[in-house]
Amino acid sequence: MRVLRLRGLRRSAASTRFPWRDVGYYGLLALPFVLIAVSLTLGLYGISIENVLRALLSPVFPQLADGVSSTELTLVLRIRLPRILSAALIGATLASTGVAFQGIFKNPLVDSNLLGVTSGAGFGAALALLLGGTALLVQGFAFGFGLLAVSLAYAGSRLYSTAPMIVLTLMGILIGSFFASLTSLMKYVADPLNTLPAITFWLLGGLTGVTWNSIPMLALFAVAGSIFFWLVRWRLNILSLGDAEATTLGMNPNRLKLVVIVCATLMTAAAVAVGGVIGWIGLVIPHAGRMLVGPDHKRLVPASLALGASFLLLIDNISRTLLPAEVPLGILTGLVGVPLLVVLLRRSRTGW
Amino acid sequence: MLKAANLTHAYAPGAPVLRGISLTLEAGTILYLLGRNGCGKTTLMNCLSGILRPDEGTITFNDKDIHAYTPTERAQRIGMIPQIHTPAFAYTVREMVLMGRAPHLALFGSPRAVDYEIADQALASVGLTSYRDRPYTQLSGGERQLVLIARGLAQQCTVLLMDEPDAHLDLNNQQRVMEIVAHLAEQGLSFVVSSHVPNNALVYAHQVLLMKAGRALALGDPSQVLTEALLSAAYDMDAEIVYAMDGETMVPRAIVPRNGRR
Repeated sequence: MRVLRLRGLRRSAASTRFPWRDVGYYGLLALPFVLIAVSLTLGLYGISIENVLRALLSPVFPQLADGVSSTELTLVLRIRLPRILSAALIGATLASTGVAFQGIFKNPLVDSNLLGVTSGAGFGAALALLLGGTALLVQGFAFGFGLLAVSLAYAGSRLYSTAPMIVLTLMGILIGSFFASLTSLMKYVADPLNTLPAITFWLLGGLTGVTWNSIPMLALFAVAGSIFFWLVRWRLNILSLGDAEATTLGMNPNRLKLVVIVCATLMTAAAVAVGGVIGWIGLVIPHAGRMLVGPDHKRLVPASLALGASFLLLIDNISRTLLPAEVPLGILTGLVGVPLLVVLLRRSRTGW
Repeated sequence: MLKAANLTHAYAPGAPVLRGISLTLEAGTILYLLGRNGCGKTTLMNCLSGILRPDEGTITFNDKDIHAYTPTERAQRIGMIPQIHTPAFAYTVREMVLMGRAPHLALFGSPRAVDYEIADQALASVGLTSYRDRPYTQLSGGERQLVLIARGLAQQCTVLLMDEPDAHLDLNNQQRVMEIVAHLAEQGLSFVVSSHVPNNALVYAHQVLLMKAGRALALGDPSQVLTEALLSAAYDMDAEIVYAMDGETMVPRAIVPRNGRR
């Protein structure tokens, strides 16, 4: 009797245990919004959180701008806000497209550059810089050539139709290395005094020159794509089982995979076009997400959106405030991210 | 219920893998597919599940062509329990079973409370309730097979196709899995089971389709199909059936090679 009662007690205690997992999950989803607010106060020119809020609301309620200097208004609205928004959007994009690609390719070691979008975008940007183009031309060329690379990979995979996903992957790697070679050619012929550093700096990623002009295209693809991934997130579980099982579970796996690829490619091309080549996030943030919330895409997709946005915000804050000269983001992501991931790896208990 | 008529299929012209296979599956029965590697069992299973369209012949469920159903409708009726595998991601047992709810949810939907309930019931009926939150990738082969059966149950279809449920399992787990299948058949579910263990067909099959080189060598009651002559022809060897006394009657208990070394 004693034993039975003890067991009953334990079980009820377990079932009414405080849901720390849920608190952690929803806390994670709120993190980027907190970080955006904090980031607006950070910078070489300190601004109080009250004045940041006043400045943010001033376009709607002009009377709130009283007491906020015009320098503060300009800094918050014209310089920091677009930069911070783009960091959050790019981070969320790279992480969520990484999750989607890892899911549909059943491979936890890939990111959305698998089909060559980033390599194509890199070449487009290098070409535009070589032609002496404006920031907007660089963004447009990067976006266009990113899409071109993936389209070429897709067209190539149609030549051989019996194993579409493997051939598509192979074509993606081939096209990616082709554009990487073209980028090297651009660097080789570029003027080493001004064009070459510009190309190199762009290829390492950075948000220094971001203005409101860059935001609409980025926001359009990032927000629309994230909403789509959010909607199909549970289906990514099914796709990750492979085509045969997805089919017997009532799905048309190839159709959904194609839509996911198109969506992830547009998002990544838009993100790279604004921020340059920022590696590491798409590959590693999904793993960090799995360590925190598990592999179920129902929670992994939202968690990765939040983690990616928060991580790139953190990195960009370090780049623009802590260091005397701005260090390219592509360098900092690895330098800061690897120690963070090692800590996570020690604490996590995922199935592998 | 599930009927196949004159199925013929070739992956390359002139080399048919299926040649005129017909079968009928009744409610609450277990149909075993036996035959050598490459005799067409997997192709037949893929046709029955709708993954593959046969070149010729028709498959009907309740007298309606299975390709006249939408993929979702078909998956609500015919399910596939794959061979045990290792997925790329370490889903929990419960998440794995929940995926059986896919044909009952909208494309943009996620499982709701009722789906969790159905998944938990399915887990209970294979006796794995206590495994609910463990990673599927850390289970043994027998346990994984049971989880995949639970996923098939959560799918709530009438016909379940099982691809070699006895592969990679020890004797104990083969029995554990097949006893659960037999129990589910008693409750009205129908199973098509492909297998390389004819001894299990002796115990569990209501019907046996013995295949050879894409053709049906024999189809019918186990007592008529699992004979030394037919098995010898199907497996290209000299097969012997060992009998044992069950009370007053002799029953076939094992199929063994006649000239095996000792």
